[in-house]
Amino acid sequence: MNAFEYARPTTLAEAVALLSPTEGETALLAGGTDLLSLMKDFVVEPKRVVSLMGIEPLAQITIGNDGLHLGATVTLDALMQSGALNQWAAKWPALWHATAGIKSPQLRAMGTVGGELLQRPRCWYYRRGHGLLAQDAKGESMVASGDHRYHAILGNSGPAKFVHPSSLAPALIACGALAELTSPRGTRTLPVAELYRTPTSSGERETTLALDEVLTAVVLKKPVVKSATYEVRPRQGLDWPLVAAAVALELNGGKVASASVVLGHVAPTPWPVVEAATLVGKTLDDETIAAFAAAALKSATPLKDNAYKVDLAQVAIRRAFKAAMKS
Amino acid sequence: MVDLAWPDPGDCSILGKRTTRIDGPDKTTGRAKYTFDINRPRMLWAKFATCPYGRAKITALDTSAAEAMPGVVAVEVIASVSTECKVAFQEVAIVAAESEEIAREAARRIKITWEVLEPCVHDDDVDMAGNKAKKGKEQVTDGFDAAIDGAAVVSETEVGCSILTHCCLESHGSMVEVSEQDGKVAVTAWASTQAVSGIGGEFAQAIGVDGSQVHVICQHMGGGFGSKFGADLWGASAAKLAQKTGRPVKVMLERDMEIALAGSRPSAFARMRVGVNDDGAIVAWESAAWGSGGNGGGMGAPGLPYVFGNIPNRKTQTTPIFTNTGGARAWRAPNHPQMCLLTMAALSDAAAELGMDELEFFRKNLELTARADVYREELAIAAERIGWKSKWKSRGEQKGVLRRGLGLAMHTWGGGPHTSNVQCTLHPDGAVEIRCGTQDLGVGARTAIAVVAAETFGLPIDRITVLIGDNRYPASDGSGGSTTIGAISSGTRDACIKAINQVMAAVAPELNAAPEQLVAKEGMVRAAGSTAGGLPFAEACRRLGAQPIVTMGTTQRALASSQVGGVQMAEVEVDCETGIVRMLKMVAVQDCGRIIDLLTTESQVRGAMIMGVCAALYEERVMDPVTGALLNPDMEFYKLAGIADVGELDVHMMQTDAHLKRGVIGIGEPPAISPMAAISNAVANAIGARVKRCPMTPDRVLAALKA
Amino acid sequence: MSQPEQPESASGVSRRRFLKGMGVTALAAGALAPKMPAVAVPNGSANAAPTAPPATRLFGPAPVAVKLQINGKVRELRLEPRVTLLDALRNHLDLTGAKKVCDRATCGACTVIVDGKAIYSCTMLAVEAQGRAIETVEGLAEASGGNSTMQRCFVENDAQQCGFCTPGFVMACESFKRANGSATREQVLSELGGNLCRCGTYHGVANAVADALKLGANGGK
Repeated sequence: MNAFEYARPTTLAEAVALLSPTEGETALLAGGTDLLSLMKDFVVEPKRVVSLMGIEPLAQITIGNDGLHLGATVTLDALMQSGALNQWAAKWPALWHATAGIKSPQLRAMGTVGGELLQRPRCWYYRRGHGLLAQDAKGESMVASGDHRYHAILGNSGPAKFVHPSSLAPALIACGALAELTSPRGTRTLPVAELYRTPTSSGERETTLALDEVLTAVVLKKPVVKSATYEVRPRQGLDWPLVAAAVALELNGGKVASASVVLGHVAPTPWPVVEAATLVGKTLDDETIAAFAAAALKSATPLKDNAYKVDLAQVAIRRAFKAAMKS
Repeated sequence: MVDLAWPDPGDCSILGKRTTRIDGPDKTTGRAKYTFDINRPRMLWAKFATCPYGRAKITALDTSAAEAMPGVVAVEVIASVSTECKVAFQEVAIVAAESEEIAREAARRIKITWEVLEPCVHDDDVDMAGNKAKKGKEQVTDGFDAAIDGAAVVSETEVGCSILTHCCLESHGSMVEVSEQDGKVAVTAWASTQAVSGIGGEFAQAIGVDGSQVHVICQHMGGGFGSKFGADLWGASAAKLAQKTGRPVKVMLERDMEIALAGSRPSAFARMRVGVNDDGAIVAWESAAWGSGGNGGGMGAPGLPYVFGNIPNRKTQTTPIFTNTGGARAWRAPNHPQMCLLTMAALSDAAAELGMDELEFFRKNLELTARADVYREELAIAAERIGWKSKWKSRGEQKGVLRRGLGLAMHTWGGGPHTSNVQCTLHPDGAVEIRCGTQDLGVGARTAIAVVAAETFGLPIDRITVLIGDNRYPASDGSGGSTTIGAISSGTRDACIKAINQVMAAVAPELNAAPEQLVAKEGMVRAAGSTAGGLPFAEACRRLGAQPIVTMGTTQRALASSQVGGVQMAEVEVDCETGIVRMLKMVAVQDCGRIIDLLTTESQVRGAMIMGVCAALYEERVMDPVTGALLNPDMEFYKLAGIADVGELDVHMMQTDAHLKRGVIGIGEPPAISPMAAISNAVANAIGARVKRCPMTPDRVLAALKA
Repeated sequence: MSQPEQPESASGVSRRRFLKGMGVTALAAGALAPKMPAVAVPNGSANAAPTAPPATRLFGPAPVAVKLQINGKVRELRLEPRVTLLDALRNHLDLTGAKKVCDRATCGACTVIVDGKAIYSCTMLAVEAQGRAIETVEGLAEASGGNSTMQRCFVENDAQQCGFCTPGFVMACESFKRANGSATREQVLSELGGNLCRCGTYHGVANAVADALKLGANGGK
């Protein structure tokens, strides 16, 4: 870890003012579990670290008729505690599943909603200092020629082959969550899905946030009772999902009124399945779901050694549907 | 007088019972000081700059930025310009600095320019490895061709396992202090080592002093598993920097270097054919095996077939591959788990091919092993404990998403004692001190010594002070190969017997008995068979005068033995859609002769089983095939099993009179051999196909299902 | 143990004084000057003078005063902001119970309890732990006269071999026990997924927690 100067502002305005619009100069610190690891490996070397943990409003959870408002520094543990206490878990089961799937109490006690959504990819080429796109001197993808068992099977036609690591994002996107952002230019609100993008050149990051912009909150307005997240995680304890699927459904007389399906760990961004629209009006029997799952992965372009994730993604979709319909 | 022989089990008050470890409270409360925990005044931290590639030549090296950093005290170049580094994370330079943070950052600021060369990291593929694969000569017995051609069934198996790394939780390293005492250089080296008595010379050599000038200390160590026998370049670097700077220097590897360099277990793969008769008798074995232990090749003893060494007609061939990866070090039963996997998988597949119950098949062929009776008995116990008969379903019988399977494996190991010297100091007040230059890797060595001394003196265990982990105590061989317990227990018994017999001789007249009629039990010295009279132990000791008596003991081979057999069975559940394998239960039945402490023995067996679960399902080292970089030098993707991943672990130690009479035998290695094989067989039984490689990750399980 | 004492002129208190004199746009000065924004900050912190625009105090990169509340005692240190809580405990306070193993928030060997929750001290900056109640494995022992219920249960169930994961496991289990007084074995296994052991002591750990739960809150701290 390089030496840096540290600030712990107590207001958002102060925090934003401390951020540099230049890549790599400043870093926002929340729970620290990702940032500090990146810094220890010298993947990032910020000159200034700005902690958001002193800004009290960012740590608030409010639940009311207008939905669930999660401050960016709400810890995953606080989120779960409030889920049990305030019954939001039953309103957005997909989010509950995704949070509970982070199987380390220590990580949940430290990690925050904002940090979870904006953690950097786990790609082992990136983490070893080869850059987000992991290109060699000739500009060729080290991932494609290397070991990519955990890498992208969708959205990987460009140079980005990593998968976005967020566990919460698929659930939040499926449930229609909004993200609130603040920068020196003011505030803006956008769908959580729009926080993410697939970088196409080496200067780009995997988020749409400006460098001096802070994710301040995530808001879920309407309950999505029939929702679920299913993660394929090899180990029962803390482990990265190989794939994940979040499903949010509205049914009307047994038929689909709306369906939203978002995959995780399959693409450089959380991956909304556009084919979900085709389910509207259908009855969700096993056959329909299986056909949908197959269609959702039809455009998959696995690398040489990770086609198994195509199968796993279909399994995750099918199981998420089953769980959502039961919830 | 008390006999050297181990007392009858019925007479024992503590020997062979469950005794909690005497250093347990130190470890649970954080009081126990490991090498990593030693902080000294003015201590410097040192960190390495390393090679990021599997093979690369240094074309330029500039340490000036590091040297200029405030807080940096010394920079030493280890690999100069034009050196060809042959493995990722090979050491290039080391920086000593005032703080850990500064040392880390300064090491990073050393500018190294590389000419990247093509590495070979294909330990799993003979063709890809090209001339790095050294094909061994084929060994064929007469009559092989006829036997395999004449076999009723010939099964084929291809299976293997990846390179693992020891991943000791306390990384390798030392804290070295060089000072002057009475005009002479004195070196104190705290080292995380399995060989306290043996490694002083390495530190001495590093800085040109005599071995007698080096004091080695290792009170506690965070795991070794076979990888911590030397001071290594890291310890030598600490010594050199301590000498150069005149300050204590701590060198503990970062996790990435630990995983890259500080020990690995070779991979092993094989294509095998097994010829069997209709009745299940194995008549022929053929294997072509390959694998790598890194830059030193691989594929050492034992050969194939494992355990079933007496299969009559054999054709075998092995190909070690020399790769640009960190070298192999001994790992709990070197090469045995791998050979066990290859053999047991091939035999299991033969049984399945015949449509025979795996247990019946193994039973049928026990005469092909060196200890048929041992295995027969153990198989019966294991089968009973796992419920083999009621749970067994033939391979491929199940069709659902979740399928359960059973598998078994068998192993053997030596475990005879090394040489340990033990000193007993018996104080006039009856206090006992035992000194031995051994070390406790976490197996309970300290406790075992205390148990033997307490039993011999008839004292409660808290009257025994055990002093180990210091090369100023009587020399004891390194702890490896399950050789320690036989040595330290018998050596302690020897020393304590010599001391107690001096007490007996001194008090015999006063007790109106011959010394040979006396026993030391329950804190008293009195005539055997009586429950009254006698002298309290401390009183008896006072009769020897004001000076403590000091006795020396050494390994007593008559109290120890070697050669054990063990059987393990595994029950798994496989999700055939996700390829995720879940452990339900494992049973270990193990012979290890006379047990000193049943509690820590069982713990060690369970630990070995868990290590096997990791190897079977989760852990492997991943190298980038192009650059030779290590991709998972962390504990996030170098995956170990967690508490919920291991299922029920049932341990049965063979403890009939016949077993106990054999004497003490080591337990570190044997139970670590079978788990991977048993689990592989259980998965094959569940899903109806052999998963070709351990760890059996979802991708590999799904591939087997599709094949 | 030692830290080089560096002049503070580029940071910390002296910088704040400088800023107070110059107004907040001076934030743009220093190492980050060319690219850092010069933005007026609208909202003041509580102790800022009402007439002067408030500024966030910057600490470091040289060592700064850090006050930590550890096992009920306030400990004052001078640390670079980059020093983690784990390194502050181990390298500056000689509280070496918490271990450094993965150093990347994965293995749990560094677990301590902060404000009642088990956390990975390897990835929490010491400066961030200020004002919070930090409890280490040494403190757990001290608070119960040398050995807590959980620690005794670990010993009795032989929930340790080399012992390097043990202090972290003890703290994770203690934190779990406090929050889940009547947990089932299944919950125990499910909720201790943040710690790894290499020797394979999980069987003992699960039994230790089960015993400690049976002994309950009255069995000691």
